[in-house]
Amino acid sequence: MPDRITLEVARYRPENESAISFQQYEVPCHKEWVVLDGLNYVKDQLDGTLTYRWSCRMGVCGSCGMNVNGEPKLTCATFLADYSPGPVRVEPMTNFPVIRDLVVEIGDFMRKLTEVKPWIVRKEEKPLSEGEYRQTPQELDEYKQFSMCINCLLCYAACPVYGLEPDFIGPAAIALAQRYNLDGRDEGASERLEILSQHEGIWGCTFVGECTKVCPKDVDPAGAIQRYKLSASLASLKRLLMPWSVP
Amino acid sequence: MRASAGYTEYHPRWLRRRKSTYWWLERVSYLAFILRELSSIFVVWTVAFLLLLVHAVSQGDNAYRHFLSWSGSPLVLLLNLTSLLFVVFHAATWFRLAPQAMVVHVRGRRLPGAWIAVSNYLLWALATALVSWLLLGD
Amino acid sequence: MARRSIEPLLWLLFSAGGVLAALLGPIFLLLFGVVFPLGWLSPPNHEYLLSVLRHPLARVFLFAFFALLLVHGAHRFRYTLYDGLQIKHLNEFVNLLCYGGAIVGSAVAAYLLWRVP
Repeated sequence: MPDRITLEVARYRPENESAISFQQYEVPCHKEWVVLDGLNYVKDQLDGTLTYRWSCRMGVCGSCGMNVNGEPKLTCATFLADYSPGPVRVEPMTNFPVIRDLVVEIGDFMRKLTEVKPWIVRKEEKPLSEGEYRQTPQELDEYKQFSMCINCLLCYAACPVYGLEPDFIGPAAIALAQRYNLDGRDEGASERLEILSQHEGIWGCTFVGECTKVCPKDVDPAGAIQRYKLSASLASLKRLLMPWSVP
Repeated sequence: MRASAGYTEYHPRWLRRRKSTYWWLERVSYLAFILRELSSIFVVWTVAFLLLLVHAVSQGDNAYRHFLSWSGSPLVLLLNLTSLLFVVFHAATWFRLAPQAMVVHVRGRRLPGAWIAVSNYLLWALATALVSWLLLGD
Repeated sequence: MARRSIEPLLWLLFSAGGVLAALLGPIFLLLFGVVFPLGWLSPPNHEYLLSVLRHPLARVFLFAFFALLLVHGAHRFRYTLYDGLQIKHLNEFVNLLCYGGAIVGSAVAAYLLWRVP
């Protein structure tokens, strides 16, 4: 294994430029180094102007998502040696506007996430005196997978529908809505139904399945969306055929 | 976000990259997805073809024989072979994805995904056997 | 009050059509499209096929089969036009073409099945 590898990094400097250009950096290629290590080496030793997001460097914060050789990846979880002899192309995540270099604008997702109410919704709060909510392991299993989402947005980068339809709510937001819908303590399913049932809420999804493929935490957002399509459409049918049964 | 975001020192001009019309050629999985979606055309052809069959049967024995020999002509045969491939592709992908889309609970416990897949394939085998028996048996 | 969307209903019909297409499409196409025309097996004789077709249950089932498959195809094709060609601005036209086509096709199917002697 050669001890150096070339990173081809996308640069975008809005003060002077209106398009992305690529800059090559040669970095050491240690066995245990990840792409993020390479980028940090560039920033420390070669070019301090390189701008990118990262934090935990261990795959739990969701900050360092980028396109590596065209695939959305967490750069802290992608080994450089796997791409030897290189070069390794590092670009900002697809489907998002680029603010600078490798940093993308995620405000759209933040707004959509808030819209689906990703918190426990109760019609009436349980008083403190009644103690805590209790859940069996089976009840936890119902939604646990969807709670593993770290909001890294790789699924949005992989989803062609999100790229084509700006109003599409997107995989992670729907998976997180499901996390709460399936939580026994939550009573907000009908509130979320209103948001998600809009044309581009979940119906834009055509089950491409790429979101599940790229998810680093095995959340399976595609599965969450299809399951939700079934429950939402049955709920709509019920409301249509038996309008009196809906509160 | 301001409507006309020209570059100012604290609000950079965001780069919005347009998605190419050929986005589906960029990855094999995207291409496979589009082919799966195009199977819809062949599903519609299947209906058209079977309706032609129904019509021929209604018109009498001669029309029926004529339909059968027409189905044997090279172009129609090729179309039907292609349709068969695409419809089988649709069926295979549909059954493969079904467990991901459906979670079934029996008496409070979740059925393993494999059960959903197996029951789908069994149903497929049953339907095939039924139709075969109906059309071939005598 | 949520805007009453027709999407959930369309999706249910699409799914039903998808299941039927998957279960029965291959065998119908295999037999009438390949096996019988090529003479690998002898096709059912006309009298028998007519007697099967004229049975009311067969007519009802086949109508549902044809209609659902058409809706399935229309729904999927509509989304392919959106996503594949990015012609979302032709929204209404695409919907009319696809679902209108499915409705017309279903009407034709109903007529043909009704008219089986």
